Amino acid sequence: MALLDVEDLSVTFRRRGQRTVHAVDGVSFSVDAGEVVALVGESGCGKSVTSLALMGLLPRRGAQVGGSANFDGTELLALDQRSMRDIRGKDVAMIFQDPLSSLNPVIPIGIQVTEVLVRHRGMSGDAARKEAANLLDRVGIPDPRRRLKEYPHQLSGGMRQRALIAIAVACQPRLLIADEPTTALDVTIQAQILELLKELVRDSNTALIMITHDLGVVAGMCDMINVLYAGRVVESARRKELFAAPRHPYTVGLLRSIPRLDVGRGEKLTPIRGSVRDVLPWSEGCAFAPRCDRRIDASIGEPPPMVPTHTGHSYRCVNPVPVEEKA
Amino acid sequence: MTLASGQKKDKLDRLSELAAVRDDEQGVSLWRDAFRRLRRNPAAIVGAAILLLFVLVAIVGPFLVPYDPAAQIGVQQGVVRSGAGIIPGPSSDHWLGYDHQGRDEFSRLIAGSRQTLIVGVVSTVIGLTVGVLLGGLSGAAAGLGGRWGRWVDNVLMRIVDMLLSVPSLLLAVSFAAILGPSPATVMIAVGAVSVPVFARLLRGSMIAQANRDYVLAATSLGVGRGRIAISHVVPNSLAPVIVQATLTLATAIIEVAALSFLGLGSQVLGQPEWGLMLAEAQRYLGVRPALAIYPAVAIIITAFGFTLLGEAMREALDPKLRK
Repeated sequence: MALLDVEDLSVTFRRRGQRTVHAVDGVSFSVDAGEVVALVGESGCGKSVTSLALMGLLPRRGAQVGGSANFDGTELLALDQRSMRDIRGKDVAMIFQDPLSSLNPVIPIGIQVTEVLVRHRGMSGDAARKEAANLLDRVGIPDPRRRLKEYPHQLSGGMRQRALIAIAVACQPRLLIADEPTTALDVTIQAQILELLKELVRDSNTALIMITHDLGVVAGMCDMINVLYAGRVVESARRKELFAAPRHPYTVGLLRSIPRLDVGRGEKLTPIRGSVRDVLPWSEGCAFAPRCDRRIDASIGEPPPMVPTHTGHSYRCVNPVPVEEKA
Repeated sequence: MTLASGQKKDKLDRLSELAAVRDDEQGVSLWRDAFRRLRRNPAAIVGAAILLLFVLVAIVGPFLVPYDPAAQIGVQQGVVRSGAGIIPGPSSDHWLGYDHQGRDEFSRLIAGSRQTLIVGVVSTVIGLTVGVLLGGLSGAAAGLGGRWGRWVDNVLMRIVDMLLSVPSLLLAVSFAAILGPSPATVMIAVGAVSVPVFARLLRGSMIAQANRDYVLAATSLGVGRGRIAISHVVPNSLAPVIVQATLTLATAIIEVAALSFLGLGSQVLGQPEWGLMLAEAQRYLGVRPALAIYPAVAIIITAFGFTLLGEAMREALDPKLRK
């Protein structure tokens, strides 16, 4: 059995006087120990909400979470606050997008690293400080003893993200959720951070859920890829297969909108028409239909089912892109 | 070749040293950074200088005064007959002249500074403590509290609103009336007036901080809500409260003077206090207006000093004005 099994996860935001929003609408995927699974999609497709729901970090007022998330025998979505707090940071940890705002600006890095050690590993004083220095060293921060006394604004963006990763891996969690961990960083730093994450996952057999909109990141490190659109998984495949033979028109669109070197200079990128807001509710057909070039009559009317193939590749489309027609 | 690389290494070493020095100059924390900006602000320097002088005078002044501030020297010597409208002005022996009871005005002014400082500071500390407790509890409940959070916040804030809805001087007078006139009354009354300001300020600041990413990040690490409130949210929310405390000191001094003026302050006979001196002087405005002007100027300058420093601190700590 997989380490984390997410089954039919749904998140609905209700506000009095406003339309209810189905941010996540039946997402299923699973993650094995040591595996890197990607959730890919544009802004607003529900990828961050999925991660917050798994961590129990959504506001209880107004957000309704349904479905199940089985983490090694524990149902995450049914846990009360107290047990959830014991799991957060210890078994499941999260790395956020913006390292500057995710670190407390008025507290030295050291205290922020030791805090989690004190909380979950029962360390104190000198032992915690020593371990904190070890952690910073492990994530590649030079001169860790001095850095411990420094404040977040004194570190560079890459260093901050490294510190944040150090905090996340401090208790050797079995599952890491990285929510766009490289979006706020320079390209060169991005590569270093991804390399670091890969190393940590490999060395400690940690499972990693990588949330990103960047297919470059996905191509570099993920084993399994789930493409999300309007709160549902529209295509799910192992990395090689997805890049070699994408079937869902949305995935193809995403791949086409990446600049490539082997295409002539004069040629334009092919963007996907419209925006995420031009969606059809899934109950009335394929949500992507309004933006899709391959839309057929069958796309509208009832929700397209997930079509599995024998290789574990599955897609949610009634008129999939033929395998030969590569992006 | 080796020489060249040696030189290069030297240069690199020097560069990294320079970088290290620059790093140190950047200051360590928000507070040190703010202090650095404060030192460059002329208003802050002037304000700090006034306050330093005031505190110095308040501490050592009473030991150095030329005459006993309570002794009615003028009357004993027969120089002062206030009933007949004779109150001599400044002379080389008595720099600011006598007051209506024949006491040395200069000595009284100096000795009065201590009372003013103590009452001002203590009342602000009272207001700050109670305000921070109420506001902190309320802010934590509203920002991080669960099911009961909003309820706790509502109850606390309605109490604070009640305090806030009464004009401050009236509130202070009612407190003084309930507790009976004494310096302690004045301190509690003036402190009570500033409670709602501190409570509201800290609460608002904490609610704003509670939605920040680092709070979410701390939550995602399993840190408890209480600890998040105390060690993450409060330290980030205190800056405006500290600025307000400095500004409140100025108001407190004026309010203390006002309460003394209304006869609700110290009842110890002859104890010098600026507000009381002002009150007593009004009966002799026609004879010697200067007797009212001296304490008034002292109050104004002190309040001015606190205000200058407070405003400068507000600017120094405001992240939006930071370069």
